[in-house]
Amino acid sequence: MPTPRVKIPGTAAKGEVFEIKATIDHDMESGQRKNKEGKPIPRKIINKFVVTYAGNEVFSADWHGAISANPYISFFLTATESGPIELKWMDDDGSVYTAGGAITVS
Amino acid sequence: MKKSILAAAGATALAAALGGPVLADPPFDPKDPKFAAYISGDKRSGYTFAEPETRGMQDDDFTNPGFLWVEKGQKLWSKADGSANKACQDCHGKAEDNMKGVGASYPRYDVRAQKVVNLEQRINMCRVDHMGAPEWKYESDPLLSMTTFVRHQSKGMPVTVQVDGPAAPYFEAGRRFYYERRGLNDLACKHCHEDLWGMHMRTELLSQGQANGFPTYRLKWQKLGSLHRRLAGCNEEIRAEPYPLGSPEYTNLELFLAWRAQGLTVETPAVRK
Repeated sequence: MPTPRVKIPGTAAKGEVFEIKATIDHDMESGQRKNKEGKPIPRKIINKFVVTYAGNEVFSADWHGAISANPYISFFLTATESGPIELKWMDDDGSVYTAGGAITVS
Repeated sequence: MKKSILAAAGATALAAALGGPVLADPPFDPKDPKFAAYISGDKRSGYTFAEPETRGMQDDDFTNPGFLWVEKGQKLWSKADGSANKACQDCHGKAEDNMKGVGASYPRYDVRAQKVVNLEQRINMCRVDHMGAPEWKYESDPLLSMTTFVRHQSKGMPVTVQVDGPAAPYFEAGRRFYYERRGLNDLACKHCHEDLWGMHMRTELLSQGQANGFPTYRLKWQKLGSLHRRLAGCNEEIRAEPYPLGSPEYTNLELFLAWRAQGLTVETPAVRK
């Protein structure tokens, strides 16, 4: 079960631009490799990454092959209101890994 | 006609490339304060041979992917397992206090096993003897995680191993391995890592082969790996038959390498190319 790591600042001033860093341990099996018996190993990668901030989707990314294993992503948001921030990684096999935190905007 | 002009132009470009400054590895200045913690006398950690981007990944605990394994190890530390239904912390308490310095002193002679064991083997002994749990497979994710977590508690502490007394024959065997030629290329460890470090083998900058950062997140592997995996890779590169991971040969060599790295500090989990 992949475990995400997320870094979200706990507080920010209104209008401030803050950074979120996130990483997850995942093999990102490309689908190009073969196992010892010569059979192809099916693709299993995280194909979508979505972030919601106080219930609204504020950032998302489609991921394809060639994204490294244990992908690391960092991005910036503008502090508008206090609320939860939720990050979701969606796997090829349908699993969804979530992590997050909350930010207090003063 | 046109062809020969192109050929001539190509030749000029080539000459310019050869005559111009060679795109070198990051310039290394031993007096640079950012390297101070990674140098001890003549010894230089692999960190000082790494590209700036790779060093940057290691410098930030968040971007360092090795910490994914540190965190997994931390979870396992408090997870009960085996017939005794005990977790590591039931005997050892807080790893942050009680495992400090432990990783820096392995491999070491173990009185009960009556041989030199490395940290991985010591963890497995604990699992079998005290937890009644099966051994973790060498290079498996839980064993890597626990080894990394325990050794990480010694981060910043100098590597210090005992090589005299009962450990002496193991150390000697490790030293012999290091200086012994092997494989189709007929090379010993020392040829690259003692005689030729700082020079290039094709495009690769040869490091001193110091093992203070293991288990290491290797970008080539796209995951964290043990020293023994690296040694097996090294043996394959010189076209020698690698030994099994966890074998006595590699454990002896690990002891010699730890002695060789004494003075350098533990960097676990390091990030390398």
